[in-house]
Parts: sequence; structure tokens; C-alpha cells
Amino acid sequence: MDRPIIEINELSTYFFTYEGVVKALERVDLMIWPNEIFGLVGETGCGKSVTALSIMKLIPSPPGKIVSGRILLDGEDLMPKNEKEMFRIRGEKIAMIFQDPMTCLNPVKKIGETMSEVILIHLRVSKKEALNIAAKSLEETEMPDPFFVLKQYPHELSGGMRQRVMIATALSLRPKLLIADEPTTALDVTIQAQILRLLKRLNGTFETSILLITHNLGVVAQLCHRVGVMYAGNIVEVGSVEDIFENPMHPYTLGLISAIPKFDENRERLKGIEGYVPNLINPPMGCRFHPRCRFCMEKCRTLKPPCKHGKKGHTVACHLS
Amino acid sequence: MLRPLDAFDWRRKKVEYTYRFKEFRYILRQIKRSPLTIVGIGIIMLFFLTVLFAEWIALYPEDYHAVHMESVFQRPCLDHPFGTDDMGRDIFSRVVMGSRISIMVGCVVVFISFAIGVPLGMIAGYAGGKVSEFIMRVADMFMSIPYLLMALAVAAILGPNLRNAMIAISIPWWPIYARLARAQTLTIKNELYVWSAKAIGASEFRIIFKHLLPNCLAPLIVQSSIQFGQAILTAAALGFIGIGAPPPSPEWGLMVSTGRSYMPDKWWLTFFPGMAIFVTTLGFNLFGDGMRDVLDPRLRR
Repeated sequence: MDRPIIEINELSTYFFTYEGVVKALERVDLMIWPNEIFGLVGETGCGKSVTALSIMKLIPSPPGKIVSGRILLDGEDLMPKNEKEMFRIRGEKIAMIFQDPMTCLNPVKKIGETMSEVILIHLRVSKKEALNIAAKSLEETEMPDPFFVLKQYPHELSGGMRQRVMIATALSLRPKLLIADEPTTALDVTIQAQILRLLKRLNGTFETSILLITHNLGVVAQLCHRVGVMYAGNIVEVGSVEDIFENPMHPYTLGLISAIPKFDENRERLKGIEGYVPNLINPPMGCRFHPRCRFCMEKCRTLKPPCKHGKKGHTVACHLS
Repeated sequence: MLRPLDAFDWRRKKVEYTYRFKEFRYILRQIKRSPLTIVGIGIIMLFFLTVLFAEWIALYPEDYHAVHMESVFQRPCLDHPFGTDDMGRDIFSRVVMGSRISIMVGCVVVFISFAIGVPLGMIAGYAGGKVSEFIMRVADMFMSIPYLLMALAVAAILGPNLRNAMIAISIPWWPIYARLARAQTLTIKNELYVWSAKAIGASEFRIIFKHLLPNCLAPLIVQSSIQFGQAILTAAALGFIGIGAPPPSPEWGLMVSTGRSYMPDKWWLTFFPGMAIFVTTLGFNLFGDGMRDVLDPRLRR
């Protein structure tokens, strides 16, 4: 297919706080194709979650505001849409699952109520039908005995089961895009593997694109087709998984990859990238990564690097490449 | 021998039954620990039974407004356990019948102040900013009105009767609920489940009333229980100063007020209705305190 599911052009999201304007996103370009798993990686505070919330237009306002840019959902611009029109899009066309499955289910509601809510909001069906759809959706997430689970309360389920419930809820209306904001961070590794396999399978069967936000590069390598690397509110490198892992062009990507601890190496300290993510109220001039960059040159300090498009959609924003 | 499948089934059924039961048992255990709560529950149950079966419990239900000049000021005796008053009416019957007025006052006042205060408070907490400031400052304004003056003013404008007294009590009370609901909303509005509700396209209305309200109900219930007793007490106070229920009705405050002129010789005229007010209010307060301990998740283990 030729049209991307979601296309973000020059998106800037600022937070107007007392200390100053936090430029959480600065001219972000992103494209997700149909039936693709797109990984978004970066350190904490790089703007990954803000990107996700911007797509949903759920930036808490005030203090946040999308100041410029376009978000096209299947060719349809979301920016001029008002809140009421967004209600119809959230949940039905774009769904989102959050990091901590322990707290993202309403503790006083049964799973059935939580799950049928999204169906009842968007479809004209009876409560019973909604429960049936929910049960079917649960079954697709490999949940044993879905009708029993629907009658339970969230605290009666384990973390992995809750995350399955979240995924089933999100996918029950077959959205075009599923935003998964660190879906496996709060789970242990075996459950994590199950959930990731599930996401991959659902991506195959439902043709839902997934925007996977994570800081776990292992997850990205396993799951994603393409990867975007974010740093301090900018996307610094986009490419296929092979490109990013085998041929990283941006020094930050390089740093991230070399920071992955390897089993066969015997080293006392874990390698990292020196320094911290800059304060986004006063981001560094020029390339935002230059204070931490090993290859920093004179022009990096003053000139913002343009995006260079390489072969097969491998894009890098760095003066070096 | 158990095959794995059997084991699973067995466990499943057990989970299904035990959970609800455990929760219930936990509440029971918590209540058993504090004898005062049991006293409160006992008083409230007695009160509600009295309300339900007032006609049958009262010895002379017609004494609601009858006059028996032949039997004025009788001391408490077997025929009249609480004695009779200046119109010869049986005080026991009137106290029992008066419980209906009290429960009505309690319900109406709590309902009105809850219905005004909670939605406003939740909207203030959820919206924040200028909306919150506006609502809470209006609430402060209402809170600064002394309820007795308010009741006097309302009585002067709309006439002194029970309905107006109930309105007068509710008006300065809704800010209490508004503050509580706002505080509660502020603590839970950034929970992830609220965000997930937003992410599935739930409107603000749905989020506030379907997701936030059930989660901040516990302290509101406690407050309502305490307010219920307070409302009865306040209505009695208004009856006492003559701007509550009008004379023939067996309103407890009014009965205390009429008996006041015969103190201290004919003490039973004031003593029994006064005790009714005292015991009922105490019961609701004890119950409210007990509920706070049971419903407080911080005390859970």
C-alpha cells in the first residue's frame, strides 16, 4: 500500500510552565505504514510518550499545546478536529495501551464493564453483544475462559492477564493504529515474551499498525519492522531494524546500541552515554546531542543538522553522515 | 489422583466464591474490632425499625395531632411510658412518630447537599484552573454563611416550615461535599485508568461520573453518614427556635421547645425527645467513624 496510516509532519508540542516553555517535541516527522510495527526508542524524557499523546491529541492542556505541525491519520488531518470528533477517533481508529497494567484498569469495575465500555461508546450494540465482542477479543489474546474473566475484578488478575485485557480492549474495535506505550516494562521477562509474541501475532492477523514505545532495544530488535530513535524532542534517526542495528548512522543510536549489556563480554561497568538528556527549556544550540557527542564538530554547536535521506528510507539528522 | 484439568477447575470455583466472601469477612472482622461501631449500627438499626413500624410501635398513633385534655402532664407510667404532654398526648408515641420526620430531614438534606456538592466538586477537581477557582470560591462563600442565620433568612422569606428548614440546612452544607469530592478527584484523576478511559474516547462526562465517581465514593459515604446525624440535630435546633416544623407535628426539637416552659418539674416533656435526638445523632456519628476505619484503604492489610 502506498498511503501511510499515520503521517506526522513538523510536529511541535510545547509545555508552557512557570519555569519556561518546555519544547517537548520539536519538528518531529514520522510515518507509519499499514501493517507495520514501528519502534520508537530513546532515553526517558526524550518525548516518546508526548509523541504518542500528541497523536491521540490527549496532551494535557494547559500547560501543553501542539503548536504546529500536521498529523494525518489515513490521509485525514487530525489537527483541525475538535474534541467531539476526537472522541470518535480515540478507541475506534487509534487505540492506546499504557505502561503499567496494574493501574490502568479501573479497580471498581469488572473486566467486562471496562472492556464493553469502548464497544458501547463506538458501536450501537446491546450490552450483551458488547460482552460477546469483548469475550471474543479476549479469546484472541489467548486468554483462557474469557467469560469467566469478564466477571472478575482487576485485582483478581495477574499482571500479564491484565495486560492481555488491555490489549484485547484496545484491539476489540480493530483500530488502524495501536499505540503501545512501554507495554512490557512492568512485566517479568517470561510474560514479556508472551505479550510481545501476542502483539506480533495480532499485528499479522488484524493488519493493525503498532507504534511501540520502549527503551528496551531487545524488544525492538525482536518485534519491529522499522525504528525511530528520539533524542531530546527530535527524531534523530529512522530506518529499518537491520539498518539501525547493523549500520547506525547517528552517534546517539550508536551509543544506545553499545550500551546494551552483552553476555559474552566481561566488563565490570556497564557502558553508557556520558551526561544526561538536556533540559528542554533551554535545549543546546545546533544539534541537541552535541554536548554528549563523541564526534562533536564545530558546526554541530551552532547549526541544526538537516535530515538526510539515505537508501531504503534510512533517515539521519547528523552532520557526520 | 487429581488430573491437572480437575485441579484447575477446582481452583477456579474456589476463587469465585472466596473472593467476595473474604471481602465481606474482612469488613465484618473490622467492625467486630470496634465495639463503638457495633453500638452505632445497633442504634441505626433500631432507628430504622422504628421508622418502618412507627404505627405499630406507637401506643397511640393518633396522638400525632389529637388532644386529650383529660390526661395532661401524666408522669411516665405503664400506659404512657414517656408520660404525656401539655395536650395530653402520649410522648412515647410522638417520639416514635417523630422519627419519620427526622429520617426525612436527614435523607433530604444529605441528598440535596450531596447532589449539589459532589458534581460541582468533581468538575472543579477534574477541570482545574479557573473553573476550579470559581467553583471553590463560591463554595467558600456558602460555607461562610452561618446556617442558623441562613435558616432565619429563608424562614423570613419563604415562611417557617420544615421544607424551608431543610433547604436552609442544605445550602451551607454542600461545600463540604464539594471540597471532599474535589480533593478525592485530584488524587485519582491522573491514575492510568483515567488515561485509558480517555484513550478509548470516553467523554469528560463519562470519565467524571463513571470512572472517577465510583472511586471517590468511600469518604463521601462516611461524610454522608455523619452529616445525616448532624442534619437531624440541626433540624431539631431549628424546630427548637421555632423556624422548623410547625407546632402540631411531633418534631423532636419542637417537642423539646414546648416542654421547655414546664422545666424542671415536668422533665419528661423535654427529656425523652431530647434523648431521642441525642441517641440518633450519636448512632450516626459512631457509624460514620466506624465506616471510615473500614473503608480506609490505608488501614488495610
